[in-house]
Amino acid sequence: METFWFIAITFMFTIYVILDGFDLGAGMVHFWVGKTETERRIVLNAIGPFWDGNEVWLIAAGGTLYFAFPRLYAASFSGFYLPFIIVLWLLIFRALGIELRHHLHHPVWRIIWDRSFWLGSWLLVIFLGAALGNLIRGVSLNDQGYFFTPLWTNLRPTPNPGVLDWFTLLFSAVAVSTLMVHGANFLALKTGGLIQERARRIARNGWYALTASSVIAVGATHIIRPTFWDNFSRYPWGWAIVVVSLLAWAAMGWFSRRQQDGRAFLASSAFIAGMAAVTAFAKYPVLLYDMEYAERQLTIFNTASGAYSLKVGMGWWIPGMILVGIYFVYLFHSFRGKITAPPEDAGY
Amino acid sequence: MESALTIHRLQFAFTIMYHYLFPQLTMGLALLIVVLKWLGLRRGDAHYHRSARFWAKIFAINFAMGVVTGIPMEFQFGTNWAAFSTFAGGVIGQTLAMEGVFAFFLESSFLGLFLFGEKRLSPRAHFFTAVMVFLGSWLSGYFIIVTNAWMQHPVGYVVDAAGNVQLADFWKFLFNPWALWQYAHTMLGAVVTAAFVMAAVGAFYLLTDRFVAYGKQFVRLGTIAAAVASFLVAFPTGDVQGRNVARHQPVTLAAMEGLFETKKGAELILIGQPDMQNLRIDNPIHIPNLLSFLTYYRWKAEVKGLDAFPRELWPDNIPLLYYVYHIMVGLGTIFIAVSFLGIYLLYRKRLERARWFHWILMGIFPFPYIANTAGWMTAELGRQPWLVYGLMRTAQGASPLVSDGNALFTLMGFMGLYALLSILFLSLVMRTILQGPEPGEKES
Repeated sequence: METFWFIAITFMFTIYVILDGFDLGAGMVHFWVGKTETERRIVLNAIGPFWDGNEVWLIAAGGTLYFAFPRLYAASFSGFYLPFIIVLWLLIFRALGIELRHHLHHPVWRIIWDRSFWLGSWLLVIFLGAALGNLIRGVSLNDQGYFFTPLWTNLRPTPNPGVLDWFTLLFSAVAVSTLMVHGANFLALKTGGLIQERARRIARNGWYALTASSVIAVGATHIIRPTFWDNFSRYPWGWAIVVVSLLAWAAMGWFSRRQQDGRAFLASSAFIAGMAAVTAFAKYPVLLYDMEYAERQLTIFNTASGAYSLKVGMGWWIPGMILVGIYFVYLFHSFRGKITAPPEDAGY
Repeated sequence: MESALTIHRLQFAFTIMYHYLFPQLTMGLALLIVVLKWLGLRRGDAHYHRSARFWAKIFAINFAMGVVTGIPMEFQFGTNWAAFSTFAGGVIGQTLAMEGVFAFFLESSFLGLFLFGEKRLSPRAHFFTAVMVFLGSWLSGYFIIVTNAWMQHPVGYVVDAAGNVQLADFWKFLFNPWALWQYAHTMLGAVVTAAFVMAAVGAFYLLTDRFVAYGKQFVRLGTIAAAVASFLVAFPTGDVQGRNVARHQPVTLAAMEGLFETKKGAELILIGQPDMQNLRIDNPIHIPNLLSFLTYYRWKAEVKGLDAFPRELWPDNIPLLYYVYHIMVGLGTIFIAVSFLGIYLLYRKRLERARWFHWILMGIFPFPYIANTAGWMTAELGRQPWLVYGLMRTAQGASPLVSDGNALFTLMGFMGLYALLSILFLSLVMRTILQGPEPGEKES
């Protein structure tokens, strides 16, 4: 049952990264694909109806994590205190950028909010990547199962580390390049003309950066956490996930060279899902490693809610997710098609 | 870590009070928008649809503010109150997760359709999206109230070997008797806010002679909704909730009412200042025997005062608790008086012309916000010194390793960021109100 919730939460966070990933990516490349005011508005309109629904996945995933593994939630949220609060501020700031720019027709006003949208997207992706790095590296837990990690110490992945060190920043680089390609794929799919051309170019070139940073990150993982692949030798079918991820990686490069934007977008989504699945598979059943003492690590078994609670949860979570699936298919279906001419300053 | 605890409490109090300024309007407004859309469908009058569209704009701005200030609330359970989350997550994680899965997805998906989809959807389908937004926001309120109600009055749990609580009876937890009344009381409070805001905007239009047709509609609907909701928020919901407190948290009731001594035939204090040195109310104005009657329906019933309880069970800020409770009740009484006066004017067909009354309506709208905030402060201060009533003290709940310096940094950051948000929010809402519901008069 703990395993079910481990998979469920991995699933929800993965969906979050795939969905919010494309609007974060679009935010990062915002100024490169949108050179004029009109083009930038098209970029924003392409993600306009989706971004807040995408962020709901983060909230729902967080809530589900709290429900299933409360001790992990408590330890990690208080341990990563500053980065989590800063992520909150960035989410707020970035939302302001999207929602406020069209309320005043003044160039200075628009530049301010375009820039905060752009900067918020970059910093969020850097933190997301570092978060993944922290999950692989681990932290220094005390005997109560709590820890506190400052933003950075000496930038080295040694015991009592900071959130940011060379290892976790390497994962930031992976996240930046991956989501940039992912966002560019989405924009290429949703737009036309010059914007589409620029987005395709970013997707093509970003793929090389993604390849390079991923190879280095995998190599570094081998040094920092040599046991990372143990689960794969124990359960060899896990290699299937690795193979699928590699296929997705190849497909990303293939389709973006052939300008098949829809397929390229699906490939980058699959690549993100593959990375998440590989990490989850390798870590199972550990949620948070300790860097020195294996017996202190937080696993799905020593942090889970009571068995009754987890069972009741399955009773509402599964139907709930089916409903959510229906909403999202309906929503994306209603707003399908390309954004070409900027509509009247849409909505509110 | 004494000072860190204070900062954790201040930060949670500040962020939650600020956050709740927005949901109280959107939850109430969601209902009123459904009413407007329904009237539009029934009477085939385009004015109602345009009104609904106008209020949807106000709704959207408030909704966005509610979302961005709401995410920190869920996070802070983990970041600032880790010991509490470890202790109680096995129970309240249930409702917090359900809120995400059932309410937020519903709300955000259908809000998108409601705002952007009026042209794509049929009138009936568009009405349906409004209903779903309403349902989502009220469902979300229910999950939060169940969570809070469990902290006020824990039911359906067991304590496990590690000393943490775990869920034992889902349905008992979900239909906590405390939650049902608290929910009705809170949601009606939200309708009071939305109704007075609608009436105030209508009064503003009538006083400035712009959008007069809409002004009349807003004043009429706002006044009727305010009258119904302000009455129900007092009777039966506030009344029953008060007696729940008397039964399950008698020390809280004594502190709220400023009753220092146990007595038969206890008086109801209307005005006065708690004097914690001498343990009495200074300058009291009170009605003899009324508190006994309201609590037990007997004029001479005995009501336990603070002296009946050991000091370590007293709420730790009795004067503030006493004041916020009296502010809530006092304002609630004023709302009933004003809205019933409005109903009387409506009955005499003078509501639309009585300019003096429009001034009152326009001036009153901040007060429901104050009353709702004071009500929540009553609930939360009244629960002290407990974080989970009878099970965990507030002092035990904070994150053990987050230092006061780090907590102060984020508290100050939230204050600065929310100050900025307030300025942007107010200017946007003012612009929307000045532009009005008539599409032709839009300034570019």
